[in-house]
This record gives sequence, C-alpha cells and structure tokens, in this order.
Amino acid sequence: MADKPLLPDLMKAHGISRRGFLKYCATLTSAMALPPMLAPKVAHALETTARPSVIWLSFQECTGCTEAITRSHAPTIEDLIFNVISLDYHHTLQAASGDAAEHAREQAMKDNWGNYLVVVDGSIPIGNPGYSTIAGISNLDMLKETAEGAAAIVAVGTCAAYGGIPHADPNPTGAVSVSDIITDKPIINVPGCPPIPIVMTSVLAQFLTFGLESIEVDKLGRPKAFFGETIHDRCYRRPFYDKGLFAEGFDDEGAREGWCLYKLGCKGPTTRSVCATVKWNNGTSFPIQAGHGCLGCTEPDFWDNGGFYKPLSVPAGEYRKLGLAAVAGGAALGVAGGAVGRANKARAARAHETVDAHDLEKKT
Amino acid sequence: MSTNSDNLHGREAVDLLKSHISTGNARPVLQEIHAALEALLATGTTSTIDLGAIPFGPGDERLLDEVLGKGELSATLDVLGTSHVEETGIPGVWRIDHFDQNGETLSRFVEVTFLPEILKTQRADAEAGLARLAIRLEEHDSRTH
Repeated sequence: MADKPLLPDLMKAHGISRRGFLKYCATLTSAMALPPMLAPKVAHALETTARPSVIWLSFQECTGCTEAITRSHAPTIEDLIFNVISLDYHHTLQAASGDAAEHAREQAMKDNWGNYLVVVDGSIPIGNPGYSTIAGISNLDMLKETAEGAAAIVAVGTCAAYGGIPHADPNPTGAVSVSDIITDKPIINVPGCPPIPIVMTSVLAQFLTFGLESIEVDKLGRPKAFFGETIHDRCYRRPFYDKGLFAEGFDDEGAREGWCLYKLGCKGPTTRSVCATVKWNNGTSFPIQAGHGCLGCTEPDFWDNGGFYKPLSVPAGEYRKLGLAAVAGGAALGVAGGAVGRANKARAARAHETVDAHDLEKKT
Repeated sequence: MSTNSDNLHGREAVDLLKSHISTGNARPVLQEIHAALEALLATGTTSTIDLGAIPFGPGDERLLDEVLGKGELSATLDVLGTSHVEETGIPGVWRIDHFDQNGETLSRFVEVTFLPEILKTQRADAEAGLARLAIRLEEHDSRTH
C-alpha cells in the first residue's frame, strides 16, 4: 500500500488548494455524523493514512445498493474510489471482466492479506450454491475465501445484513446474511433497501479514517451514529403524533395537512435510520415527507412483518410461522428438497395478495 | 392557511405549505449560538454547529435567518464547487454553506468565531503560491531580457 499516494498529495497534484481539502474534511465530518470540531482530526487521519484496499462482493441482490451508492453526493463514490480507498474489485463498476476481474480480486487479497476491507451487498443462497455464482464460483465459496484475509467486513443493504427480500418467506434459495456465515471477523451492518447513499459512503469513510474501533454499533451490528434513533424520533410529523392527529387515508384532510401516517401503516416508530434528517436524493426528501409511511427497510424481516399498510398496533399475520412449520414438517417426513421447494412455491402463489390502489387507501 | 394561499395552485401552493413546516428546532439552535458567542467573548473559544445534523424545516430556516439577519461581509469561495461564507447581522456569527460542482448542498454550518478558518490563506497554499510567483518572475525576466 506504500505506493498509494495520500489524499492531500492527490489533491495537490490536481491543483486543489488546502482550502478545498478543509472544505472536503468539513463535509466529510458532517456526513459521518461526527461533531464539527472533529474536522481537524478527520483531516489529520486523511493526511497520514494510506488508502486501504477494498474488495466489493455483490451476491444475491438487485444492484440497488450499488445504484444508490453511485448517487451519494457527500462524499461521492468517486471521492471514495479516487481519494479514500483503493477499490480493487467490484464486478459491477470495474471495467475488467471474467478471469481478469477474478485475478484482480486474488491479487488484491494476496497483496493486502489481513488488511483489506470486504464490502458485501446481497444475500448468500445456501439452499443450492448454484443459485448464484460469479465466474463459476458460488457466493458461499467466494465469501468464505475472501473473508479469510479481511480486516473487517461491511454488509451493505438489508440483504447482506439480514437476508433481506431473498430471505422473505418462503425463502426459495435458502438466503442468509453475511453474519450467518462469517463469525470470526468484525462485521458492520449498514441495512436499508437500499441504504441511504451517504450513510454507506460515510460508514466506509469513517472506518477508513478512524478505524473499526471508532464505530459504535448496536445489537444488530449497525453504527449507532446512523441507526441510534428511530425515524419516528426525528420525524417532522412527530408533533402531530403527539397531538393525536393522524391521516386516516392518503387523500383525506389529515394527509393534506401533513398529519402523522401511523394509522396508514408507517413503521417509523420501530425503524432505526436517519431518513428523517439525512433524507434522500441529496437531502431533498424522504418517504414520509412524500406522503407515504415508512416500510421499515432497515429492520430484519421487514418484508414479512405484517402488511405495509397495517398500523403497528395490528398484529402481524401468521403466514411466516406457517411457512416455517410446513418446511419443518416436510423435512421430518423425509420429503425431497425439490418437492419442498415446489410446495413452498405453490403456497407462496396461494398466499399472494393482490393489492390495488383502492386497498392501499382503505385497508386500514 | 391564509386567504392569499387560496389563490395559489400547484408548485406555488406546495412551496407556501412547505415554508410553514417547522420542527421547533430553530429556537434551541439560536440559544446555542447565544451561548457560543458568550464563550467566544469570554474565553476566545470558537464553536461550529452542523445544521445538517439537526432536523430543520423551511420554517426553522426562516426563523434562523430572521433572528440573525444579514451582516456586513459576504464571500464566495470557488473551490470544489462554491462555498458561501457570510457574517450574519450578529458579528461573530457566520453562516457557511458548501455546495458541489452541480450546485447541490454538501454541508451547512453556523460558525461562531472572529474569522472562519476557511477564509484565511492556508500555509500550504501560500508555500505553493511562493513557488508559483518565483516561476512567473523567472518567465517574465526571460521574456524581457
């Protein structure tokens, strides 16, 4: 890593003044949710720390997390790639493909053994390793092989953190999270479907500038700086909740007045994220501001946690438990895996609920 | 809503509605600024408040602007996009807003200080300037001799 220039040197080479560096550090400190007075320490870390190697593994995912991180505006993914990290492998973003790409990963691992950072998006199917492969290597094998020499792993997106949508009932691929497989490495979970772009880049930047020990995580492995409070805690509609003023439909007077969306199924009270303060699309808005309740996408099993339009006080449906019981029963009877899979698929089709716009408005 | 708003439609009506959204956070921030200014005068301690770390609606922004007001000094930096540095109507209290090359807001701060650091010429830049000046003088001399 000694041959990789430090950020101030890179900026100087590109004609960017020290003022530009100060501006970058102030913005990065703000994005990392650190107190502004720590900006000089951020600057010092960037001045003295070599850019570490990062290997990004995309498994069973929709590429939404990568799509989102490329929209991060402060710091941008370009900032990270060119200034803070050395992104040595990311099969969606890199130009190389096939053997050349895999050689890049192997070379980065060899050159930085024990020191590189692995970022994972997507869940890992263990029902049949062939469900998701890269260059003929199953996700399970690639994760185990790459994690072995890693300093730490960052699981971005709810799929990598908790299994996400692939893990949703009936979980046809046997999708699991990174922490279900890797148990001997530090893992930071940055959930969300997708996570807020600058939360992803900021966690990476904090890890790279201040180290793993600087990131305090909750019991679900999420950085407290971004997942310490519920969306409800910081929601601008919270005063309406406190006064008992709720929208009852998406087009009633309460909705037009911007009242609380709790009765329309908002999961803000049980969902930890900074959506209400950091917001989306360069700080423009977030779902609740756009008039729709929070889906709770930073929490485990959000897809199976009852209906999106059912208030939190309404008990969640029983279909997830029923599904698990059926799988267990099938295994006990010695039913072949394929048959279980077909049964799961049939049950999922039967349980599938069609929701139209009328339902969305009146179902509560 | 006032009677005037009844004549508004579309985007204008939405903007008016949004301008009333307030989290109630502007008042505590102003109190924090008051305490920071006292500390600056008493001990010389400078403070920075990150406005991006606090839920702030358009109504809060309006209250902050109304109370602090406009000051005597305003500067625009052209570095990695633009940055606006303005002293408010309360001397010693500055607003610093950073934007990227596309004009998108990167970060927003209130600084309570006698002079924001980013306005000062940085030593590294002055050193680069010294080298640049020497080269330019050499070039000038070679052309004139």
